[in-house]
Amino acid sequence: MDLINVDNVTKVFKGGEGSVTALGGVSFKVPEGDFVALMGPSGSGKSTLLTMLGAMNPPTSGSVIIDGIDVYSLTAEKRADFRSEYLGFVFQQFQLIPYLTAMENVMLPLAITGKSNREQARMAKEVLEKVGLGGKEGRLPNQMSGGEQERVAIARAIVNEPPILFADEPTGALDSKNSEEIMNLFKYLNREGQTIIMVTHNQEFLAHVKRTIFIRDGVLDRSRHPDSRIAV
Amino acid sequence: MKMHNIALNNIRRRKAKMAFLVAGMVIGIATIVVLYTVTGAMEQEIADKFDQIGSNMTIVPRTEALSTSYEGISASDVAGGVRLMTMDDVARIGTIKNKENIAVVSPKLLETLPVDGKQMPVMGVRFEDELKMKSWWKLDGRAPENPDEVLLGFRAAERLGKKPGDAVDINGAAHRVSGIIRETGSQEDSVVLAGLSSLQKISGKAQAVSFIEVAALCYTCPIEEITAQISEKLPGTKVSAIREVVQARQDFVDRFSQLGISVSFIVLVIGSLVVLTTMMSAVNERTREIGIFRAIGFRKSHVIGIILMEAGFISIIGGLLGYLAGMAGARVAAPVIAKMEVAVPWDIQTGLMAMGVAVIMGLAAGLFPAFRAAQQDPVEALRFI
Repeated sequence: MDLINVDNVTKVFKGGEGSVTALGGVSFKVPEGDFVALMGPSGSGKSTLLTMLGAMNPPTSGSVIIDGIDVYSLTAEKRADFRSEYLGFVFQQFQLIPYLTAMENVMLPLAITGKSNREQARMAKEVLEKVGLGGKEGRLPNQMSGGEQERVAIARAIVNEPPILFADEPTGALDSKNSEEIMNLFKYLNREGQTIIMVTHNQEFLAHVKRTIFIRDGVLDRSRHPDSRIAV
Repeated sequence: MKMHNIALNNIRRRKAKMAFLVAGMVIGIATIVVLYTVTGAMEQEIADKFDQIGSNMTIVPRTEALSTSYEGISASDVAGGVRLMTMDDVARIGTIKNKENIAVVSPKLLETLPVDGKQMPVMGVRFEDELKMKSWWKLDGRAPENPDEVLLGFRAAERLGKKPGDAVDINGAAHRVSGIIRETGSQEDSVVLAGLSSLQKISGKAQAVSFIEVAALCYTCPIEEITAQISEKLPGTKVSAIREVVQARQDFVDRFSQLGISVSFIVLVIGSLVVLTTMMSAVNERTREIGIFRAIGFRKSHVIGIILMEAGFISIIGGLLGYLAGMAGARVAAPVIAKMEVAVPWDIQTGLMAMGVAVIMGLAAGLFPAFRAAQQDPVEALRFI
């Protein structure tokens, strides 16, 4: 069964000078355990698509079904609960909370789950070790390197063990060495069964992912989809 | 980690901003505490001052002929009265329900007697009570200590040509002038004041009392009730409350209270606006952070909770520091503002009130920014790519 089923979604922004179509009818499916790169030039609609998949941006038409749930039939608050349970996000520029330590940043998604502090700490410590940050739990974001901050961001995104991990330009702020390491981390997580959808500009990483979805002017770029596994 | 940990960590690690917010709150709360405390202390002082002015009730036998005004009382009026009160009546005043409110009971016997051969008004008083009631009297000499000592009014002394230490004869009984009351501009100036029991003996009117002055020493005394209670105990008398004094005291106290309340209210509004603006700008600065909270699954109520908890914690700190600063300020400001010695006692109730006001103010001011924060669209807040 497909984990994600995007069916003919459109997004039209109405502005003062007419309307702008950000997405013009996009459909695809993502099976469980996949590692998908979402590529396209600036303004192509890929960020709109990512937030739409992330249950934060309702489509003008069409549907997004994740694990059998029609995400946008849920109320805004139920969608917040859905994000907490199903989705992990690695944002651009890490987006760590500056006044929380690495450990506390990772515990953040657990704060609303009702788990005990002890259980939260155990989970956060485990996942920080998994991303290679064992022993740096007490550091504040400004006491860590870019690569380390990115790892904290990834740890925060997966601590809840969400079925899907979204990453938005996860290596955009890193040098090539750190970028390579982060890509290896993603591959490792994927091998362990984590479904990952990643927005990237970096062509080099296409070799690491299982599939790539190209998007241009709000529609899938069929000319660049030689891979028949993508249902378009 | 729980919600309050997030709020507390934000406060702990953004010390400068939070210090600014707390400072704003401290100023507001301290001002209110100063006003409240100083006003309260002044009310008490003013009330005490008024209480010291003298009697606020007079009791006279109920007779047609008697003038009830002390200032207008003449010896013949009283002496010619059908009947006099007795010391038993005086004792009965101490048995009324509101007896705790009564500070001084000063019974008096007024007679016209030959003093060194001149007919003069002589008033018998219990010096201890009378001097307590007339605390503004200034004496040349000293207060009487023995039964045969008398005080002379300023004019009476002039008329008799006496000075402290001189001997004086009242109706054939030898007395000594212990002191002379400096000019008061009132009835006392022309009176000879003798001990009550001594005058009762000289005039042959044992236990007799012409009239009684009563001072109720309290700040919101139910004067009307006390008057009614005394009337009930002393059926044959007329009890008059000196309304002007009571009313003037009440008005004075009320005006001070109103001033305090008005200024406190204004300070409260300004303080709330300062907190609101600061919280608002803090929320705006945290747009991305709130976007992250929302994106990872925090509900709107979670975001509101975090912001209100921060406001609450800051309010508690601000309230406590504001109370301490306010009390310190009141101790310095009270004597300057009140222009009198004012006692400012530590008061747990004022402390709790300050904390309560601070928390209500903080939460009220935090509510709008909290809702604004919760309304933020996570997509807008994060601005992907």
